[in-house]
Amino acid sequence: MIEINNVSKWYDDFRVLTECTTRVAAGEVVVVCGPSGSGKSTLIKCVNALEPFNEGSITVDGTSVGARGTSLPKLRARVGMVFQHFELFPHMSITDNLAIAQIKVLGRGRDEARQKGLALLDRVGLKAHADKFPGQLSGGQQQRVAIARALAMDPICMLFDEPTSALDPEMINEVLDVMVELAQEGMTMMCVTHEMGFARKVASRVIFMDHGHIVEDDDKDAFFGNPHSERARQFLDKILQH
Amino acid sequence: MGDFDFSVIAENWAFLAEGLRYTVQVTLVAMTGGIVLGTALALMRLSSNRLLRRFAAAYINIFRSVPLVQVILAFYLILPLVLRLVTGQMIPVGADTSAYLTFMVFEAAYYAEIMRSGIQSVPRGQVGAGYALGFTYAQSMRYVVLPQAFRNMLPVLLTQTIVLFQDVSLVYAIGATDFFGAADKITQRDLRPVEMYTTVAVVYFLICFALSRLVKRLQTRIAIIR
Repeated sequence: MIEINNVSKWYDDFRVLTECTTRVAAGEVVVVCGPSGSGKSTLIKCVNALEPFNEGSITVDGTSVGARGTSLPKLRARVGMVFQHFELFPHMSITDNLAIAQIKVLGRGRDEARQKGLALLDRVGLKAHADKFPGQLSGGQQQRVAIARALAMDPICMLFDEPTSALDPEMINEVLDVMVELAQEGMTMMCVTHEMGFARKVASRVIFMDHGHIVEDDDKDAFFGNPHSERARQFLDKILQH
Repeated sequence: MGDFDFSVIAENWAFLAEGLRYTVQVTLVAMTGGIVLGTALALMRLSSNRLLRRFAAAYINIFRSVPLVQVILAFYLILPLVLRLVTGQMIPVGADTSAYLTFMVFEAAYYAEIMRSGIQSVPRGQVGAGYALGFTYAQSMRYVVLPQAFRNMLPVLLTQTIVLFQDVSLVYAIGATDFFGAADKITQRDLRPVEMYTTVAVVYFLICFALSRLVKRLQTRIAIIR
């Protein structure tokens, strides 16, 4: 589904990604973790070209992301993305947030888009909030709406960029529950997250990044049981201590 | 003050009202056109294309560095020449007509700077979210960025419009009959400057004060909940 081959990226002289290679097969859930500044968010944003890269190639469902002729809006419409800071549109109601891209990008009718949006809103347990505005919801609720908004486009895969990092602790689980459910239904997912509980539960593979390198790319059990790099072991020790 | 003659005002009220109507009309046209043109300039100024960026910056800097009266005069004098160059005919452009264009073009420079800071006030992640949903550049501007920029800046845009409303009085320099121009003409004829200029000042004050109160109330009503 997602193939990342030898991807490198520089900001001027500073190298943020160094020859990253990995893949996410259809139905797989891959968790990307690593210390801050390791390039994991940058890598996931390269997948739908929110960040350009300098070398290497990325293909999503056979479409080359960096190629000249690729229509990025078309590609992105098929790849769902959830952001750290939700990024709901604050000037629109929840219903409109869910419907706008369906109408303007996919060309669906107004009613069809509303129905679809409401069904997904119901699925993330927020149907009662359809007429509110994003600012009236809690962070956890906003993030669930953001997931519903991405799902409304019928994506072939989902990218999560630290979806719980900006949330209060008590709201993290409501978002993770939605993500777990999604994973169990067979959605192809690439998640940048530090939620190791989530990784243990649903990940097929775990990627560990450090200084722009993919240091570890292992089965979940191998990663948690016996990471082969010293850096990953230190990282796990630190975040699993408590 | 004992001989303040109200009858001068009463007698000439229709003429003054006609001037006021013209002033309001120029203000509305220049505001609408100026905001549209200004938004386009702001997008150019923030574009990744260097040529567009430079053009917009030059436009904005030039119009903000020249006194409005001079621009009004220049447009009034140059516009017929340009039209003759383009069409090959003499097309007379009256002072009243040229003022519409002048104010639209001039105010666009100011509206552009307001819209630029409005666009920059929208978090970058919003654009990313638009793109991630499959929006093109135009769509993410139209549906995501500009509506928020516009709402954030509405009080400033309206305040600029109040300034514009007062600045329209400068068309008296080319003899157009706006509200102030009308009073000026009556003064020349009837020699009652105190009555005329006082009336004009009071009317300007009342309208502008009411508008600025309105802006203040609007500000709390339209704010985006974050």
